[in-house]
Amino acid sequence: MKHLRLLILSIFLSITVFANFALAQETLRLATTTSTYETGLLDYIFPQFEKKHDVKIHIISVGTGKAMKLGENGDVDVILVHARAAEDKFVTDGFGVNRRDVMYNDFVILGPQEDPAKITGLNDAKKALKLIYNNKQMFISRGDDSGTHKKERYLWSKTGITPGPSQYLETGQGMSATLRVADEKNAYVMLDRATYLFNKDKIRIKKLVEGDKDLFNPYGIIPVSPYKYKHAKYELAMALTAWITSPKCQEMIKNYKKGGHQLYHPNAK
Amino acid sequence: MEYIINGIKGAIQIIFSLDREFLGIVATSLRISLTSTALSAFLGIPFGLWVGLGKFKGRNFLQTILNTLMSLPTVVVGLTLYSFLSRRGPLGGVNILFTPLAVVIGQFILAFPIVAAFTSSGANNIGQTPIIAARLLGAGKIKSNLLFLKEAKIIIITSVLAGFGRVFAEVGVSMMLGGNIRFYTRNITTAIALETSKGMFELGIALGIVLISVAFMINIIVFQFQRKQS
Repeated sequence: MKHLRLLILSIFLSITVFANFALAQETLRLATTTSTYETGLLDYIFPQFEKKHDVKIHIISVGTGKAMKLGENGDVDVILVHARAAEDKFVTDGFGVNRRDVMYNDFVILGPQEDPAKITGLNDAKKALKLIYNNKQMFISRGDDSGTHKKERYLWSKTGITPGPSQYLETGQGMSATLRVADEKNAYVMLDRATYLFNKDKIRIKKLVEGDKDLFNPYGIIPVSPYKYKHAKYELAMALTAWITSPKCQEMIKNYKKGGHQLYHPNAK
Repeated sequence: MEYIINGIKGAIQIIFSLDREFLGIVATSLRISLTSTALSAFLGIPFGLWVGLGKFKGRNFLQTILNTLMSLPTVVVGLTLYSFLSRRGPLGGVNILFTPLAVVIGQFILAFPIVAAFTSSGANNIGQTPIIAARLLGAGKIKSNLLFLKEAKIIIITSVLAGFGRVFAEVGVSMMLGGNIRFYTRNITTAIALETSKGMFELGIALGIVLISVAFMINIIVFQFQRKQS
């Protein structure tokens, strides 16, 4: 009796352990930013592609910097990121080919409702950062070399200010997590509009600055170069690029809404 | 306070509605951690017995090393394996980064020292006496060794469960080597990390309840065995 129970248990365990391990479906690895993934966009636009090509897309959601690193190391087949200058370098360095525009949105700056730095309504991001600094307010940064972090550092460098650690807190985490930190600390933070709209009802800090052309935030897709990495699934990556820039998928991106707000604006050419 | 209560309510709903994604995440966790624990038991128990009962120079030193490795930081294991398994690394060709297998290997490295160290120190406490006694009473080599294993049963079971407890609850290796890919390598701990960062507490709490229940069950089993013994 005792042995029988043990036998059944071990059979059951080995089934749970080894089933599914060897699922031999074709996979495509995509490294992308935390924002596109966490807003649910990719889960919305990928299933059609997966069905048509009988492929499973494995999404690794990290910051743009890390995503590009994964591409450079050949650990993924395609990347979807937002850091235009770094993307061009990725291509000229030979790691990626056929970069295509996908969509854009913009960055906004959030802060406490009482706004001690007095930046409400400004449409000049650099001026807003200067005021946050001069009024000794706390700014929360991603600090993870993501697209948002690159952009924010670029803006700080333009102001000529290097905020010290008492006023500049680096979380080293994804966009939603960083937003959560800013909200808990009632501090200022810069983030993409999609993540803001997605989380709007769950935070206390308010949108204060928007509309600066410096805050433009374009996304691009880049297949990893098959010349650099022979194993990269270039054809599938190109098929995904074609799908995401197709009129049909672009229409889906346009229609992807949260609380009545459009999160991303398609702009594939 | 209200949002915590809502989180718990939502969590209970998720558990009892047998939400498919929730069950899938739990299954992934079990599958990966049971595999890595089984591997560590398979290799760690014999190794632990050898270290514990062996009479060779450097035995104490080996035991100290094992004890130290028990608290190996998960992120260091993750980072090291990552650099080896990346396409640019020396083992890039095997192409297992961001697969369950990569996590299994990482967790094996975490669990092996625990199983081996517990088994070893336990076996050392029991010592050679039962084996020698059995031999004197006329038992054969195999029989006396089996008698010893019977004596050491609790220690071995406890060591395996301790190894399982460690890998089931770790997040560093799972995140760095598995990549937290939905329906593939997303397990309980990486899902909790993601859900918390998204501010979605329901699923996170539901998974946390499972995590704690499993830990609780393990302790009950260990306790039962220990009581039976004494």
